[in-house]
Amino acid sequence: MKARHKRFGLIAVGLILLVIATVLITKSFKSNLVFFFTPTQVEKGEAPKSGSFRIGGLVENGSLKRLPDGLHVQFKVTDTAKTMLVEYKGILPDLFKEGKGVVAEGKLNAIGVFEADQVLAKHDENYMPPEAAAALKAAKDAKAKEDTK
Amino acid sequence: MIPEIGQFSLILAFCFAIVQGTLPLVGVWKNNAALSNLAVPAARTQFAFVAIAFICLDYSFYANDFSVLYVASNSNSHLPLAYRLAALWGGHEGSMILWVSILALWTMAVTLFAKSLPETFRIRLISVMGMVSIGFLAFIIFTSNPFERLIPAALDGRDLNPLLQDPGMVFHPPVLYMGYVGFSVAFAFAIAALLDGRLDITWARWTRPWTTVAWVFLTLGIAFGSKWAYYELGWGGWWFWDAVENASFMPWLVGTALIHSLAVTEKRDAFKVWTVLLSICAFSLSLLGTFLVRSGVLTSVHAFATDPRRGVFILMYLVVVIGGALILFAWRAPKVGLGEKFDVVSRESMLLTNNVVLVAAAGSVLLGTMYPLLMDALGAGKISVGPPYFDAVFVAIMAPGLFLMGLGPLAKWRKASLPEIGMRLRVAAVISLVSALLVPLLMGKLTLMTAVGVFLGIWVASTTLILLVNRIKTRKIATPDLVENLKGIPLAFYGMLLAHFGIGVFILGVTLVKGYESEQDLRMDKNDVAKIGNLEFRFDGTQEIAGPNYMSSQGTFTVTSNGKPVTVLQPEKRFYPVQGSVMTEADIGPGVIKDLYVSLGEPLENGAWSVRIYIKPFVQWIWAGAILMALGGILALTDKRYRILNKKAAKEAQDALEVFEA
Repeated sequence: MKARHKRFGLIAVGLILLVIATVLITKSFKSNLVFFFTPTQVEKGEAPKSGSFRIGGLVENGSLKRLPDGLHVQFKVTDTAKTMLVEYKGILPDLFKEGKGVVAEGKLNAIGVFEADQVLAKHDENYMPPEAAAALKAAKDAKAKEDTK
Repeated sequence: MIPEIGQFSLILAFCFAIVQGTLPLVGVWKNNAALSNLAVPAARTQFAFVAIAFICLDYSFYANDFSVLYVASNSNSHLPLAYRLAALWGGHEGSMILWVSILALWTMAVTLFAKSLPETFRIRLISVMGMVSIGFLAFIIFTSNPFERLIPAALDGRDLNPLLQDPGMVFHPPVLYMGYVGFSVAFAFAIAALLDGRLDITWARWTRPWTTVAWVFLTLGIAFGSKWAYYELGWGGWWFWDAVENASFMPWLVGTALIHSLAVTEKRDAFKVWTVLLSICAFSLSLLGTFLVRSGVLTSVHAFATDPRRGVFILMYLVVVIGGALILFAWRAPKVGLGEKFDVVSRESMLLTNNVVLVAAAGSVLLGTMYPLLMDALGAGKISVGPPYFDAVFVAIMAPGLFLMGLGPLAKWRKASLPEIGMRLRVAAVISLVSALLVPLLMGKLTLMTAVGVFLGIWVASTTLILLVNRIKTRKIATPDLVENLKGIPLAFYGMLLAHFGIGVFILGVTLVKGYESEQDLRMDKNDVAKIGNLEFRFDGTQEIAGPNYMSSQGTFTVTSNGKPVTVLQPEKRFYPVQGSVMTEADIGPGVIKDLYVSLGEPLENGAWSVRIYIKPFVQWIWAGAILMALGGILALTDKRYRILNKKAAKEAQDALEVFEA
């Protein structure tokens, strides 16, 4: 085999591997994109019926309930326009508080309750998670639009 | 008064950086010695003024000067001294001061230790570093002044974020920045070489030690950060594929590719253009990381729009530096030449594959990190890329590279024979295959991921040992004495062995902790016992204790194994009154085989708590591996070929160059 042929073979193998890698990356990338929805969007049925997504907003005051086992919690997330019920099993993050911003990742169950497998509150006291802030703003804008009509 | 001195020093440093970054380049171009000789004194004066600014700011923290806005926002009179001093880099403005101080420190080091370089090259090098400095000093002075006064002064400060009140805060940021910013030296070397139009073996030999030092710091910095997240965030994770983490990991991947590519350039005079490109990319990714972490773009692209000055400034700076460097590259790279040819199967080709793998891995991390930001900026909605993407893609890309790690160092330069390498590695292959089946079975569960992980970990470690044996064998003709043989091998070779061995240890740690960790969330009353495996965790209740600036509920857990005492763990739930924030302080019983990890969740009724208990097998191996890698880097540096202080070597290099020029 001549050096030129060898080099050609190498380039061909490299290209094939590159194509395979690109396809795999794109596939894995698409299947791991997590989309974000506000409670209003969920109410309208825009969120996926099966599959994970994120929601965000404020934890409604007085809505946090702890089930007797001490580990299951229920709370309501609101974007000030619509409210949704969230269930979570596990320990809530340090910065989780009623009246503060929250983002949760999980699925809707058969009766329309959001079953969170992750509750995120990686922000400090002043700062609102960007998704939660976006949800509040969207609700406010929608309301303003209503009012001007 | 002190803050004003600091501010004034910053402005002076900026002026000297302008001198350092422009005039000497003109001097070299126009052959004007008066101008080019300005480089070293300007750089040193710049360093002095930056140092004064740094000290002034840290003094304000020391003295609790709450008339300085930045101090009032990030410190508090009750904060322990070590954290007050470290609070300097607790916020945006101070981190920038740290950045520019470390850049000045690296520049100073170049003026002191890079004496063996030819004069014109050294001047260009220092001047390019000056240019980098100009941008950052301007950024601080015009958009992020840490010395801004608060009138009237605050009675007390708003305190450092309790998450950051940890010994990790003292070490992690400076070490990480030493690595980040250290790549500016490799970048300056590349730009100076492009300006020079000459890039040869000696250039690679000069660049290598600087790049290795930066890489060692970056490795340690990332490892510190990961360890810190592990014990401080309280929930047992050690890597989250968070944008901030990715920002430091991408330069590491490209930097690792760079030190390998530099080795080829030095040994074989090959990969020249590629090495230059990698030098530019490594530093560009460092800058991109700074942009991501520091512009506020991560908290929200909209926050970026409401206070756009900082973000736009860094973005412009990125465009100028990276764009400028790439244009220079496109224009001058053909002059550098491609270098020596090599065969399809050779050490060069394997190192090339290593480089492609590392760069592809960095690219996939970049995609996952930037895509959500781009989508958000384009108004396409809020998206996040889940950790499973990074896990899957990263492992898939790295695995073949890790396999080749076993073959590469045994392959001969220019042309190697695969059957010959195969013969040498057959023992390692058998050991790795057997362990890949045996270890998961011993741990209790065999999955594809754990089998592959254990195989690769043992493979990398065992091939490294075979490499050493092989090296001794090839010397044996000279002397049969083993100690003599071991002594005769250059330190750099041991450095390589140690670093590669560290990768093996790291892979084993990651695989075993991912595959076999167990997590339990429990509700525990006083004297409840939780049984996990052969361990019993007894909850002895909590007591209230007072820290220097917090109150704490401290739980006590007595851990026994079949009745025999193992350890006592005391996790805490702390309350920091100044910011009104609650912090979970986990307690960890570390071990070579496994870590026991307990966190307190929330208090329930009657003294019961929700509790999280983890068993983390082999998790310490992750950081042990990283430390071995860093030690390997340090060993490689002590090799006599790179002793930057070695006068004889300096003279030889100078002589060689004169011969070359004549």
